[in-house]
Amino acid sequence: MATSGSKCRACKAPAVIDLPRHNANFCAEHLLQLCRRQVEKAIDDYEMFSKDDRLLVAVSGGKDSLAVWDMLVEAGYQADGFYVGLGIGDYSDESGDYVRRFADERGLTLVTVDLRDDYGYDIPTAAKVTKRVPCSACGMSKRHLFDKAARDGGYDAVVTGHNLDDEAAVLLGNVLRWDIEYLARQLPVLPARNGFPKKCKPLVRLTERETAAWCLIRGIDYLVEECPIAAGNRHLYYKDTLNSLEQKSPSSKSAFYLNFIDNMAPLLADQSAAAAGELNDCERCGSPTTNELCAFCRLVEKSSAHEPVPVELVLGKRGRS
Amino acid sequence: MQVKLRNPKREIEMRGGKTVNRLLDDLELVRESHLVICNGTLVPGDAKLGDDDVIEIRPVISGG
Repeated sequence: MATSGSKCRACKAPAVIDLPRHNANFCAEHLLQLCRRQVEKAIDDYEMFSKDDRLLVAVSGGKDSLAVWDMLVEAGYQADGFYVGLGIGDYSDESGDYVRRFADERGLTLVTVDLRDDYGYDIPTAAKVTKRVPCSACGMSKRHLFDKAARDGGYDAVVTGHNLDDEAAVLLGNVLRWDIEYLARQLPVLPARNGFPKKCKPLVRLTERETAAWCLIRGIDYLVEECPIAAGNRHLYYKDTLNSLEQKSPSSKSAFYLNFIDNMAPLLADQSAAAAGELNDCERCGSPTTNELCAFCRLVEKSSAHEPVPVELVLGKRGRS
Repeated sequence: MQVKLRNPKREIEMRGGKTVNRLLDDLELVRESHLVICNGTLVPGDAKLGDDDVIEIRPVISGG
């Protein structure tokens, strides 16, 4: 039986987690309270949405998307879920099971799309056919379908489970390349524009360790295994690097990202407006695009004509073991 | 004690009597990237683990 001397900063009960970035330990109830407050602060500070808005939460079966859906519903927001079956072998089958179970147990509305059934392709095939990095084909497909589902369903905003670690890792990648256009768009809220719905990231003030702890304490069963294609990708390497830094210097990660939002993002606002530009309607699906056909319709055209590619052929470095 | 690890999924036997932080150090794992669950309950870094405990070290990093 484990014994610990750590006490909760708020109530002095035995702690269940130490959070060096807050220089504090917390019991289960006060860890949940901290998560709720950080999410409320992000929603308020960045003017994300109100309780009158209808929200579409993009869910994957992982801890972050299920945690944010749970937090929003618990706080009284109108939040439906949206799941995309990506066709990544057993990983996708399992992730869909977790999402459906979560929604069923709580009586929540879940909208689903399956790439293979509804569009005739899957992510391994798209990656092989288009010679795109698999995570790029996956991200582009999901973004298009989130936008479409939000427009079709009349939702006021799309909510994603991007957390502080996600945003800090993307920021590190953008800074290493000094990619001004991407830096200018890296905000907790992207307003609706040119046919794209508003996009919000309420978890940007919480680390992955904190969202995982939320799920454990709340009894949320989520898919712990990593996507076999993403394993070993550059994004994960940036996260590992930032966590090594965080271990030596607690709160570096939150200072890196949150101070960027407060101090640097306003200086890049003009760049963001300049990059917005005018868009046409895609000839096939009507989505906003700079071309005659949007990137998604071009991807569907190429990939659906190809024989399905097994996931093993596009596995990431760690996914092969 | 029995220690369950992931990526890849495996189980190892280790001697008890060490703290969570020491266990993570011995396995060269970064605390910020993991939660430690002892007999089904989340435990902090200074928790001392016993010989009979069942430990899960759960990675929290995802690559989406």
